[in-house]
Order: sequence, then C-alpha cells, then structure tokens
Amino acid sequence: MGVKAEPWQTAEIAGPKKALLILKPEVVVAMVKRAKRPILIVGHLAAEDYSDDVKMIDYAIRMSRTATIPVVATAHMTTEFIKRGFQPAGWMPAMDIGNRLKDPEWKGLDGTGPYDLAMFMGLPYYMEFVILAGLKHFSKGLKTISLDRYYDPHASWSFPNLSVKDWNEGFKIILSKLGEK
Amino acid sequence: MQLAKKGLVVKVKELKTDVAVVKDLEVSIGRISEETWAEPIGPTPFPSITDLREWDFKLLQRYKPFYLPFCDVCCLCTFGKCDLTGDKRGACGLNMAAQQSRIVLLACCIGAATHTGHARHLLEHLIEKFGRRYPIDVGGISVDVEAPVTRLVTGIRPKTLGDLEEVLDYCETEVTHLLAATHTGQEGSNIDFESKVLHAGMIDQVGMEVADMVQISAYGFPKADPEAPLTEIGFGVADVSKPVILVIGHNVPSSVGIIDYLTDKGIYNKVEVVGICCTAIDITRYSSSLAKIVGPISWQLRFIRSGIPDLVVVDEQCIRADALIEAQKIKAPVIASSPENCLGLENRTKSPAKEIISDLVEKKVPGVLILDPEKVGEVAVETVMAVAPKRKKFNVIPEVKEIIKAAQECTQCNECIRACPNNLPIPDAMKAAAKGDLNPFAEILENCVGCARCDSACPNDFPLHSFAIKAGEKNLIAEKFKIRVGRGAIQDVEIREVGGPIVLGEIPGVVALVGCANYPRGGKEVAEIAEEFAKRRFIVVTSGCAAMSIAMVKDEEGKTLYEKYPGGFEAGGILNVGSCVSNPHIAGAAIKIASIFAKRNLRANYEEIADYVLNRVGAVGVAWGAMSQKAASIASGFWRLGVPVIVGPHGSKYRRMLLGRKDKKEDWYVYDARTGDKVYGGPAPEHLFTAVETKEEAMVLIAKLCMRPNDTTKGRAIKLTHYVDLHKRLYSVMPDDVHLFVRNKADVPLTMKEEILKILEEKGWKERRIPDPTLLPRLIRKKKGD
Repeated sequence: MGVKAEPWQTAEIAGPKKALLILKPEVVVAMVKRAKRPILIVGHLAAEDYSDDVKMIDYAIRMSRTATIPVVATAHMTTEFIKRGFQPAGWMPAMDIGNRLKDPEWKGLDGTGPYDLAMFMGLPYYMEFVILAGLKHFSKGLKTISLDRYYDPHASWSFPNLSVKDWNEGFKIILSKLGEK
Repeated sequence: MQLAKKGLVVKVKELKTDVAVVKDLEVSIGRISEETWAEPIGPTPFPSITDLREWDFKLLQRYKPFYLPFCDVCCLCTFGKCDLTGDKRGACGLNMAAQQSRIVLLACCIGAATHTGHARHLLEHLIEKFGRRYPIDVGGISVDVEAPVTRLVTGIRPKTLGDLEEVLDYCETEVTHLLAATHTGQEGSNIDFESKVLHAGMIDQVGMEVADMVQISAYGFPKADPEAPLTEIGFGVADVSKPVILVIGHNVPSSVGIIDYLTDKGIYNKVEVVGICCTAIDITRYSSSLAKIVGPISWQLRFIRSGIPDLVVVDEQCIRADALIEAQKIKAPVIASSPENCLGLENRTKSPAKEIISDLVEKKVPGVLILDPEKVGEVAVETVMAVAPKRKKFNVIPEVKEIIKAAQECTQCNECIRACPNNLPIPDAMKAAAKGDLNPFAEILENCVGCARCDSACPNDFPLHSFAIKAGEKNLIAEKFKIRVGRGAIQDVEIREVGGPIVLGEIPGVVALVGCANYPRGGKEVAEIAEEFAKRRFIVVTSGCAAMSIAMVKDEEGKTLYEKYPGGFEAGGILNVGSCVSNPHIAGAAIKIASIFAKRNLRANYEEIADYVLNRVGAVGVAWGAMSQKAASIASGFWRLGVPVIVGPHGSKYRRMLLGRKDKKEDWYVYDARTGDKVYGGPAPEHLFTAVETKEEAMVLIAKLCMRPNDTTKGRAIKLTHYVDLHKRLYSVMPDDVHLFVRNKADVPLTMKEEILKILEEKGWKERRIPDPTLLPRLIRKKKGD
C-alpha cells in the first residue's frame, strides 16, 4: 500500500482536518466492530469500477452480509443489487442520504436511531468529496470511512490512493476478518 | 398609473440668455408617471434586497440548505486564512454555514452581474444604433405580455429600448447591494445570505430578460416562432475550402457586425462564419443561413487546435482564458471585442480599419481589441480573407506516429487522470496508444469536457487533449446535425392552450434542459433525457449549450430531435428558446401561466406569482452540465420563483443544496385558500435544488418533481404513472414513497391500481383532501369564523 495522504484528484485539497489513513485493513474491521449502528452507502460507480474481475458492488454485498450492515443504494443502483440477488435496506439520492446522516434527529432507515458509522463507496470522487465535507462539518457523533481506492480527505478515515490489486487484497482481508465464510 | 423608478433630471452645463448666464443648472421633476396600464401596481415594485425576505424564509424553512464545503477555510480577508472546521468561527465571527452561503451569494452576484453587464452593453449599443424610442417587440400580436419577469419584478411595462435603462439601473443597484453584503463584517446569518442568493437570482432573470428582449427586437431574431428555421451544428459543418471566422462567447453584436459586413459587401459566400457557445446560438438567430454552430463551450480547444478557424473573434463569457495562446499556436489572429475580455491586447478601436488589418495580416500583433462591432465586422472579414491563404489550415494536431512515440515514453504517473474532472482513463489510453491502438483515446473524447487539464498536468508536456482529438478525428469531421434556431418567447396563445392542462396536471410537466457542458459522460445524455420526456408528452424547453447537445445526436434515420419533435410549447414539443439570456422565456412561461391562464395580477406581485408557480406549475429545471457562476444565478432565479432545479453530479460543487425532507410531515403543510385550514400537501416538489449522479436518477427525479399540491386527481394519476413507470424501469423496484403522493384513491393510476393499493394498505395510508394550496395567509379567501 502507498502511504501518501494525497487527494486522488490533485486539486481537491482539504484541511486543516483531514482523513486519517487506513494503512491496514484491520482499521476498517475495528471501526465496523466498534460501531453500534453502521451503514454502507453505495454509489453507481460500484457497478462499473474497478475492473472486469473486481467490482465494488460485489464487495459491498459481501460486507453487508458478513457484518449485517444495511446498504443504501444511491442513483439507480437498486437495479444492480437486485440483479445480484441482494435487496438493499433502502435507496435514495446521495444528497438525501447525506442530508439525513447530517441530522442527529434522524432515526435511520429502520426508525430505531441515528447511525454512528457511515461508509461510502462508488460515488463520483468529487461528489463523495463534498458530501463527506458536509458530514465532517455538520454531523454530530458520526464517523465516516471512504472505502474507494482513492484518498478522500474529508472522511474520518480513508484508504490512500491504491492500485486495484492492493484495494482488492485489502478488501479481502477486511471481509475475512469480519468473519466471512 | 405607472410609476417610474426615477424622475426626470435635466442638467445644463451653461445657459446664456439675454439677461443672464447660468452655469451647472440641474432641474429635477420627481417621478414620471404614465397612464397606460390598467393593472394595479402590486406590493413589491423594484423590490429591495429585503422586500421578499419573508417569501424566501418560507422556501428556506421547507427546503433547508445542506452545505457541502468545498474548502475548509476562508481566505477572503487578511485575518485569514481562518479554519472554519465544524463549529469553529473565523476571526470575523463567521461560521462555516454562513461562509458557504456567502460563497454561493458571491457566485450568484458574479452571474447576475455578468448577465446585467451583458444586457447593458447590448442596450447601449442598440440605443446608439436604433434610438431610445425603438419599440420592444418579442412576438408581435402573439405576445402581449412581452416582459413577464420585468413586469413581475419591477412593476413597469417596457415599450421601448429606452424604457429598459431604468430596469438595468435597478439591477445594477441591487447587485451592488448584494455584493456589499458579502464584505467582511456585513451579513452574518446563513439564512439571510440564502435570501440574498434568491434575490440575486431574481435580478439575474431580469437582466437576462432585458438582454434577450432588446436583441430580439432590434436584430429581428425569431419572435416567439415555434417553427423557427433549422440550421447546421457540428464540428464538421464549416466549409474548410473557405476562410473561416470562429466567434466565441455570448454577446452577439460583433458577430452581427461580421454578418452585416459580408452582406453589405455581397461576399457572404466567400467566408464561413461559425460559432461556439451562446454567441453561436444568437448569430444563427440573426442569420440562420449565413452562420453555423460548431458546438458547446467544450468544443473550443478541439476546434481551434484542428486549425479550421483562420481568425478567432471573442466577445464575453465562457471563453477560454487561453484562447489567444491557442489561436497563436495555429497562427490565427484574434479580435477581442468586449471590455470584459481584453486579453491584454492593444485597444485599436480608434485606429483606421486598414491599419489594423495590415498589422494582423503582417503578424505584427497576435490580436487586437476592437470595441466597435461594425469595425470588428470589417476587420475580421478583410483579415480572414488575407490570412486564410497563408495559413493553409495550419493545425497543431499531432500525427499518429507522434502519439505512439509519446505513449511509449509515458511513465504512467497518473497525473493526467488525477487532473481529469471525469476521471477518464488517459493512462490506459496511453498504454493502448503505445501499441498503436488509438480507440481508447477516441472513446475518451466522447466524454471529454475539453478542459485540457490533462495537458497542463503532464510532466512530459504531452498534448493529451490533442491526442484524443486526433483519435476522434473521423467522428469529429462527420459531426453534422440540425438544430432549431432559438425561437425566443412563448406565445400567449400557446400559454392559453396548455396553461390549464399544466396546472391541472394533465400535461405532466415542463422540463427545462439548460446550462453549460460540464457533463459527466458527454452531451448525449441530455438528448436522451429530452427524448424520454418528449415521448412522454411533457413539454421540453431548452437553451444554451444544452440546446446544442440535444441536437448532436441522430436516430437510425439520421434525424435529430429537433427534426422529430415540434418546436411549439405543447405536449411532446422540444423547443429551443435560444441562448443563456433566453432562459427568462422559460421562467416567463411559468409566470404567464399564472397571469394569462389564471388571471393573477402580475405587476410587481412577485410573492403571489411565485406561490402560484410553486404550488401549481409542474416545471423542473435541469442543468446537466452546470459549470459557471451564471448557471448558479440562473438556477437561483428559478428557485425563488418556485421552480426546482436538478444539476448533474458536477453541480454538487456549487457547495449547497436546498433539500426537502419528505419524512418530516410537518414541513409539507399548505393553507387551503378556500378555508384557511392548514392541510398536508405532500412533498411536492420534494427539493428546490439537488445534484444527482446519473441520467437515470435525473429522469426519475424529474418525473417526481413535476408533482404539485394543486394537481387534479386525473393530473396526479398521469404524473404518478410516469414517476412509477420510470422508477420501475430504471430502479427495478416500486418507489418507496408513492403513498405520500396519493391523496385519494382517484389519484392512483388505473394500470397500477392493484400494486399501489397494496402499498397504501401496508403504509396505513389515509385519504386526504386536495387543497387550493398557498403558503401565503393573505391569499386565504375565507377564514375560520367568517
């Protein structure tokens, strides 16, 4: 894995407060295990990136099933999930889920309470960048993780910029340590 | 009685009579009144930045800002940089929410100032040419309400060019006040900043309306013509055997000067005049036979680097700042023609034309600034005819072997893809090019916004954008399409015919596809959205670069959408109103529905009309490639009027959305004007401003945002049919909020009855009344106890 905390899109500079680097996949595992109410938000690029063999959506489904994490599909991603025999917990525009996660009064998709960990993958980089910025500044008690293979400085935690191979291997470790069988 | 904002002021420097010599005499006669308009003046003529604040707060209470800070600090004064992370405040006391809304206001001020400045240039030029008394005529007898936005906002009914001077005085004053509010130590509330954003948008609409009114009237553009002629558009439309003048920008007088000179000299068949961006749209409104459109703003570099233009004329707005540098690369002289965009060139406005032409032809200067449209015409035409034979279409597009060589030297450092707004796989294309395969580069060009940040980023200085142009060369040359020339206003009779069906919901909506070309996946998606909704019998209205992108797709028979669908404001129509400054015709159509169809007073009656539009007119704006500050101000003008706007994913960088929360029932109550009761109206429209990821998401949301509390049961059933159908087709599931839009069982589409009734039962749905909706207590006709 690389170790530089550089935004993937060169000019998307953030700070002073920037995401901590996920240098070991175990960090994600620990965050998920520690979270009481995690949620996974999956954008449309998850069905396209990163290669013919490695699609983020498949990892999202495996992660959701392994760790019992509800998935919110943004854009038209429900179609892709359903194609794969997976029913997301909800679907809504990325801006809407961002807006709700910002609200400490929101009771979540199941009406039982706010989430304490939001993980993102598959949104256009710049869109995820600004949504995570909104959450960094305006949410209360919410940690965020960018699970894409790009460093997103507005998350609480983010992978550095990774090759597809490194991302793939890292995610396999995450799934394994979360208890995937 | 019409009150003019300003009185008559006569100034006399020196007056000599038999009895006295008077110096510096100034006589002021108060306000001028005119007894010509029976409609009573409304409550808010020439509204100040606080006059419509209450209306804004009503909107902002429902559609709360979701801030998306693009930057964590403020660097606008020497206190800074200030870290505004979380709940920190800067040295001036401002917090992050207020800072974000302040930046949005700055953007909208830039947009409004740009359109107002554009209008001022046009008005001054046309008054000089035609006189103050030249009549405003945007549609002859077909258009009685000639200036719906201006009437609504200012309360005046302009009849001549001269009448518009005070309208622009007003706009300029308001923009100055708005800009002043962004100074350190001024406005401190984010919600008040947001109110000012809405004010900037409203002013922007007035400025744009003035600009388009005067150019339609004085230049004889199509006047509300549903059958405005078709003209050519595309990279391949220029006859390259002739000298080619390329015009770029938005303000058309210098391009008109070129056409007039060619016509006057009888040499119009000797020179090609082609344009990029809105100047191109407007010059074809002036002459659909003598001018052609190359494409939207993203076509600038590809066309210049191709070497086709022999001379480039730039006016103002959306022109690449490096246009002069790029033109120099292909040895084409440049004429700058706007005070807003001088490019560092010497002002030769007062030089004799022959001298300027000689200097350009002899390459003594790379370009000149000429602030006289007629002189631009003469210099451009005479220069291009002398330069073209020497240039021989010199271009800077590399040969294939050069690309392969560069690709073989590429280090795969990824700087190009990291600079690309659309994350296009340029390194992969270089890998393929190294093996002689340029197809991936050709694919990149299809989705490229033409920014050339990849060129700038490359440490080896490879001209990567030019590599893509070369790879896509065959497709570019084959680009020839038909676009309907901008028609201008919507006729009053068209409004009478569709006003009822729109307000009742039987025409499911008006979709306005507008804005720039910062598309996530090329312009074809705009055409796909347009056709989807035209087929569904919505009214599709378009302008600017979006209008061009809609034209640049052909079906299997070789027809474009403008050839397949009517140009009238009717169900299933696709109508190009014109350039950016034509957007108020779209807002104007919504206003005219309230005025002409519903007989609401229009004059200086902004709040009531906006309330009408918000609750009854199912219109949605879509700026799929929104990029500029002008696009921001255009959008904000629609928000204040109650028209929701969707932007493409890049629009998320506007750093603030205005989002409703359908899960908060309390946000969606309206007054029933019949009884004064507060009634749940449902989340319609759900948002005022939002960015979406994909065209599929946009389509579903467009259909949803067309619903309004006032829809009749028949209308709501039609709208629900489209919403549910699109949702099921594109999302593969039923919408999870359909129960919020069903007020009684008659709203349920017959063909979907079984599945929707099942959902209603599961959700514990209860029937509710359809109100006569308003957010304004003063419009309640009968209060409790009356």
